[in-house]
Amino acid sequence: MPTIPDQQAAIVTQFNALPDWDARYKYIIDLGKQLPSLPDADKNDDNIVRGCQSQVWMVASEDGGKVYFKADSDALIVRGLVALILQVYSGQPPEAILANPPEFINQIDMGKHLSMQRSNGLAAMVKQIQMYALGYKVKLAQQP
Amino acid sequence: MTAVMNQLTEPEGSPTTAYPIEAIRAEFPILATQVYGKPLVYLDNGATTHKPQCVIDCISQFYSKEYGTVRRGVYALSEGATEAFQNTREAVATFLNAPSSDEIIFTRGSTEAINLVAHSFGHTYLNPGDEILISAMEHHANIVPWQQIAKLKGATIKVIPMDSNGVLDMSAYASLLSPKTKLVAVNHVSNALGTINPVAEMIKQAHAVGAAVLVDGAQSTPHITVDVQALDADFYCFSGHKVYAPTGVGVLFGKRTLLEAMVPYQTGGDMIDQVSFDGTTFTDIPHKFEAGTPAIAQVVGLGEALRYLTRIGLPAIAQHEADLLAYATERMQTIDGLRIIGTAPHKASLISFVVDGAHPLDIGTLLDHEGVAIRTGHHCAQPVMRHFDVSATARVSFGMYNTRSEIDAFVQALQKVLTLLR
Repeated sequence: MPTIPDQQAAIVTQFNALPDWDARYKYIIDLGKQLPSLPDADKNDDNIVRGCQSQVWMVASEDGGKVYFKADSDALIVRGLVALILQVYSGQPPEAILANPPEFINQIDMGKHLSMQRSNGLAAMVKQIQMYALGYKVKLAQQP
Repeated sequence: MTAVMNQLTEPEGSPTTAYPIEAIRAEFPILATQVYGKPLVYLDNGATTHKPQCVIDCISQFYSKEYGTVRRGVYALSEGATEAFQNTREAVATFLNAPSSDEIIFTRGSTEAINLVAHSFGHTYLNPGDEILISAMEHHANIVPWQQIAKLKGATIKVIPMDSNGVLDMSAYASLLSPKTKLVAVNHVSNALGTINPVAEMIKQAHAVGAAVLVDGAQSTPHITVDVQALDADFYCFSGHKVYAPTGVGVLFGKRTLLEAMVPYQTGGDMIDQVSFDGTTFTDIPHKFEAGTPAIAQVVGLGEALRYLTRIGLPAIAQHEADLLAYATERMQTIDGLRIIGTAPHKASLISFVVDGAHPLDIGTLLDHEGVAIRTGHHCAQPVMRHFDVSATARVSFGMYNTRSEIDAFVQALQKVLTLLR
């Protein structure tokens, strides 16, 4: 499993190789279309990460010291971005999640859109991922 | 250029004259800008409008050569600024056909105007058990202030329902009105649906039970000639930035008898008669409601914007926008899966819509990339979204400077975007 910095670097390289904005958006939209949907039962108020204009649902689990995330959104571009965030963070140890903020978001040339995080709920999603990581880190430390 | 100037000075946009769209567009410098290398198509006029060069120049000129405080200084700059400020008050009174400029209060915008009335009317007139009627299609700014004052005073909020076209149920309204009704708060035009509400009739019926009426004119004043005396409105408010004027200034019209009886909203300098540590007496309207140094340059800019609107003529603007509304409605209906939210027979130039299989946020984000600026989201009207069982809509809203070819560009961009998304 590549590390978080490796994953982020790979995404940045891949994005910046795309010729123009149209291609980058198309790529994100395709990622959004390919992301498996969460079951409706998981799209409940307990799992919601509210954005101003779209919402994200996310569930987390832990296995062998690593934290796994699944997530979904009602907006397609947000789903694509969610897929990228999952690619970076899902399956990583909690310490690594906490030590590595999502710098790739500012490094891929998507202009202002990806930083419009209040609208799409991405900032809240990243915060939630970090909260889960912190929770699992504490829980794992308490285990004998 | 001479031809352009001549067109601009034609009186009141008489129907015999073609609408001077090219001259109008030339007056708005931002319309010539590009977004992501594409010509800007600005269709979010319901949120805020751009500023004509004459308003930009007026503010620049005012700050460069004429600026001073108002109603305080004994020197020439202050006296000149006070006169310019007061001239706008007169211009606003004329714009709304208010009986007197004393009944025109400057606020930060419609939101502050509504908060002012909720507070000052509420503290003066509301008692436990009284009722406030608001419509089901209000902006949060015309809901939340009433909830807050109702809670404080033990009053109750009742909601005038609407039908599936976004038309208020007038028979329900009639049966909600009672001697307990102290105030009705309704928008003239809905920001989320475009519906033009029958406010004259609503005011007449409210007055029959002794209730006062506040009309939120934030979405009407850019499009409709408003006559507060013909409407017999008790309160009427609007925002400068939606009528091509600067941000930070709005207007509340209130009937003299009500304003004189109401307690002030904010207190401080410039609204007092005598102050001692034992107590204070307040000055007369309108200054009683204008504590502190006002938004002087913005008010002066508002005066210029209203003069510009009057020069072009609101009837001519309304006719132009009605054409845009009809054209856009027709073009948009050809798009597969597109549903217009808000299909009242009388609408201002605004279209809310959803499209099967495409989230409004995705539509808005990708349209921006095509140079087209639209609004997406709940439009600060979450109850309206719930009524139509949607979480958000996309909205295009047209202003005096929009054109049919911009609507073509929007529809073409929308089709491209939907191909990507679906």
